[in-house]
Amino acid sequence: MSAENGNIVLSISGVNKTFGGLQALSDINLQIEEGKAHAIIGPNGAGKSTLLNTCIGRIRPDSGTINFLGHDLTGGNVKPHDINQLGISRVFQTPEIFPELSILHNVMTPAFARKEGTFSFNPLNALRDQKGIEHEAMDLLADLNMADVSRHHAGNLSRGNKRRLELAMCLIQHPRLLLLDEPTAGMARHDTNRTIELLKKIKASGMTKVIIEHDMHVVFSLADRISVLAQGAIIAEGHPDEIKGHPKVREAYLGSAEI
Amino acid sequence: MHTIIASTRMRDYITLALFTLVVLTAPLWGKLIGAGYPDLLKKFAIFGLFAVGYNILFGLTGYLSFGHAAFLGVGSYATVWSFKLLSMNVIPAVLFSIVLSGLLAVVIGFLSLRRTGIYFSILTLAFAQMSYNMAYSVLTPITNGETGLRVLRHDPRVLDSLFGVQVEGSPLGGLFGVTLTGYSGFYFCAALLILGFWIALRIFRSPYGLKLLAIKSNQTRMEYTGFNPRPYLLSAFVISGIYAGVAGSLMAIVDPLAGAERMQWTASGEVVLMTILGGLGTLFGPILGAALIKYLENIFSAFNDQTLFQIFDFLPHWLARIMVDITSPFVGDGWHLTLGVLFMAIIIFLPGGLMEGFRHISVRLSRKSGGDADMASLEAAEGESK
Amino acid sequence: MEAILLQILNGLDKGGAYALIALGLSLVFGTLGVVNFAHGALFMLGAFVAVSVQSLLTLSMRVRDTSITFFEAYKETPYLEVWWGDTGRAIIDYAVPISIVIAIPVMLLIGVAMERGLVRFFYKRDHADQILVTFGLAIVLQEIVKAFFGANPIPVSAPEVVATSVDVGTMFGLQGITYPWWRLIYLGFSLLIIGGVFAFLHYTTFGMVVRAGMHDRETVGLLGINIQKRFTIVFGLATVVVGLAGVMYTPILSPDCHMGMEFLVLSFVVVVVGGMGSLPGAAAAGFLLGILQSFFSMNEIKSILPGIDQIIIYLVAVFILLVRPRGLMGRD
Ligand SMILES: Nc1ncnc2c1ncn2[C@@H]1O[C@H](COP(=O)(O)OP(=O)(O)OP(=O)(O)O)[C@@H](O)[C@H]1O
Ligand SMILES: [Mg+2]
Repeated sequence: MSAENGNIVLSISGVNKTFGGLQALSDINLQIEEGKAHAIIGPNGAGKSTLLNTCIGRIRPDSGTINFLGHDLTGGNVKPHDINQLGISRVFQTPEIFPELSILHNVMTPAFARKEGTFSFNPLNALRDQKGIEHEAMDLLADLNMADVSRHHAGNLSRGNKRRLELAMCLIQHPRLLLLDEPTAGMARHDTNRTIELLKKIKASGMTKVIIEHDMHVVFSLADRISVLAQGAIIAEGHPDEIKGHPKVREAYLGSAEI
Repeated sequence: MHTIIASTRMRDYITLALFTLVVLTAPLWGKLIGAGYPDLLKKFAIFGLFAVGYNILFGLTGYLSFGHAAFLGVGSYATVWSFKLLSMNVIPAVLFSIVLSGLLAVVIGFLSLRRTGIYFSILTLAFAQMSYNMAYSVLTPITNGETGLRVLRHDPRVLDSLFGVQVEGSPLGGLFGVTLTGYSGFYFCAALLILGFWIALRIFRSPYGLKLLAIKSNQTRMEYTGFNPRPYLLSAFVISGIYAGVAGSLMAIVDPLAGAERMQWTASGEVVLMTILGGLGTLFGPILGAALIKYLENIFSAFNDQTLFQIFDFLPHWLARIMVDITSPFVGDGWHLTLGVLFMAIIIFLPGGLMEGFRHISVRLSRKSGGDADMASLEAAEGESK
Repeated sequence: MEAILLQILNGLDKGGAYALIALGLSLVFGTLGVVNFAHGALFMLGAFVAVSVQSLLTLSMRVRDTSITFFEAYKETPYLEVWWGDTGRAIIDYAVPISIVIAIPVMLLIGVAMERGLVRFFYKRDHADQILVTFGLAIVLQEIVKAFFGANPIPVSAPEVVATSVDVGTMFGLQGITYPWWRLIYLGFSLLIIGGVFAFLHYTTFGMVVRAGMHDRETVGLLGINIQKRFTIVFGLATVVVGLAGVMYTPILSPDCHMGMEFLVLSFVVVVVGGMGSLPGAAAAGFLLGILQSFFSMNEIKSILPGIDQIIIYLVAVFILLVRPRGLMGRD
């Protein structure tokens, strides 16, 4: 592991997970450095999403530990909301938004989690007095070019736009670590490019990111490091240039022209 | 429906003022529709309050409880006991009901909310049936079983005797000397309804309300967004339980008697009907639904074959006979049949309830078709660039 | 010992009814994904098929009462008896068995009509909507029955040969356990029906598809199998089962229009305890809870824990839901 001088934010060691007879993850070791964008690539069903699921408390690994800034995420009583409060936000592969709420409220809600913690009881406060959060949300939506539809139901958005909305919902939390599961899938080319720009901008701000992506254009424009996952195991890891020429990777993708 | 969250302070005050005006003038406009007598108006207010509270749980969080009748019953028993032991003054009675129904809601809510979806519904159902069965069996010393709990002249009433308040005639709930019967009873219920409505309005406009809606919309997202849904759900459950308890208390105040049948799960079904009929998750819907059901109940159950014949009088006799035969199962004792049919029709054809119906109509009237134009352009732009 | 055995017996017939009701409820939930709050009402409809058959058979005319000779007296006598004498009387006596034959097509028709006319529009809507619309239907059915038959319980009698009790004790070498024949018959009948349903689901192609569907609805849908038609049949089957349970229960409990709602809650509790969507679970939990309930109504137990008989079933359900939410036999 080339830890160089960067701090390790997320450290995954010896993680295994089986579903029935299927070894979805086998002995995964991964260190994510602060401020870096770490891409995870691999064929369908390789276990990429499962790996992210173990990091956010959705799936408990059979063995191994996951450590985030000194906190053990695999322990008995760590709840998803606690993990989020530690500073991990996630964009899911199938967008998880609040379809019945307005786009603006979709973005404002996560901001309350950041501001108020897991629970706060203030039924007599008025939402309209939360100007700070509202402005912040509107600024983000402006970045995504969605400001003028902010009052509409999020459920009416296209899949690509739902994904961008979900990204905004994560960004407003200013997470220490942002997990992105195929953030540009289902997006039109120019939206993909806009999303890349946005992600580059956050990268400049120093936010640590793990990105799962099939689109190699996206991977190579963003990633500082790449891990290649195939059949539940990491078969290669390194700088983008190293990965490009790696024979095992070509094999795993079996003629995938993008590489 | 969720645009209700966004509103200005001024509009909220206007809403409240109008609501207050409508409620307080109920004896006047009630006359116009044949509802201008206190007993019916009290029912409007009491069930309206019950439904407003129920809506805070079901309408905002989407958790369907079939157990709220238990809180209604506990509210009634608590009030009668307060009348018996403390005072005929309604203030301690209402407070006592709030405390007891709130406590029960904490217990039932804590356990039931460990599950979601239909499992939650069945848990609340089981708890409600348990309370109901216990009220008839073990708890008879407290509930007086089938006879029901009554206020008696010779009950101790420590506070009253302390302050030397005498009860003359049959004991009735009062507020510092004013007996709450007839219209004074109605105005007391109305005051609590307005207060309850105001609290509900504030909840609807608050970040707390937004979070409850978010739980309904996508609980998974809520968890991975850093919220613990449990305390949100529990607090909403307890709030709505307290509303039910206060409604139960008011029932016992306007008629100092509490019976276990108030706790049966089908009684919980009634408040569900009201909320859905008016418009789930809307501010006014539940009150509208409650008033409408009580109003129709009043009209329909008063009908009998004679009154039906009078209605169909203009028809030839044989036709009138047929019409009476067709309609008579729906009126009088058969009013619940009408209610069931109405309810099914709403769920099937108008899941948003009457409020959604009104919205459709008003949208059609104002022909504001450009509503989603921005959205369309956003999606269109995306389509072109593909 | 005798007392305990008797309580177990007492619980078994009630348990049989719970099991039959829960079976259909679970079947419909497992295959169609529908929470049917009108299922109790279907049980009641079954019972009222028996009531209708009985009152049809006993349609009466006024005939001269020959036993009274002082003056002209008349009595109501069923047509059947007037026409066919003892044969007619025997037919009337067998009203409940006859009702079973009639109930099968009637309930099937009701089930198919209900699925085609209402339930199928709710496959895609959420459980809350399903609960609410079927709850509405339950009210409607209850009120229709009330309009025709009134609100009071209507006694229905079992055939005279089995109206007596049987000394079960001697079979086990014990003293003093007598038990009504009809309850034993009910027990046997419910076991038979449960066995029949299981055989149907296990040994027919149709049944296999249905079970596959319960296991993984999407895959079966993808196989291009016509699910729609099978859903209708499954719903019809569940309706027939619960209807027969209702018919047979009439000599044990005089039916009234409220019995549907009462049994509904209990049978949901049974389904939950057994595991939502698990048929063996539903059957086992039905008998288990029936026995538990009658066991806890023993005076010895009630004197220690007063009122426990009234709530034991709910307590069990709450406990199961909290510690083992998938029920005794449910899948994860
Ligand atoms: N909860 C689960 N239960 C059972 N099997 C699962 C579960 N989650 C994932 N799997 C299986 O584990 C394997 C890895 O799945 P995963 O979703 O992690 O793949 P992936 O690399 O994200 O693929 P894709 O690129 O298609 O998103 C797959 O075979 C999948 O079927
Ligand atoms: Mg994936």
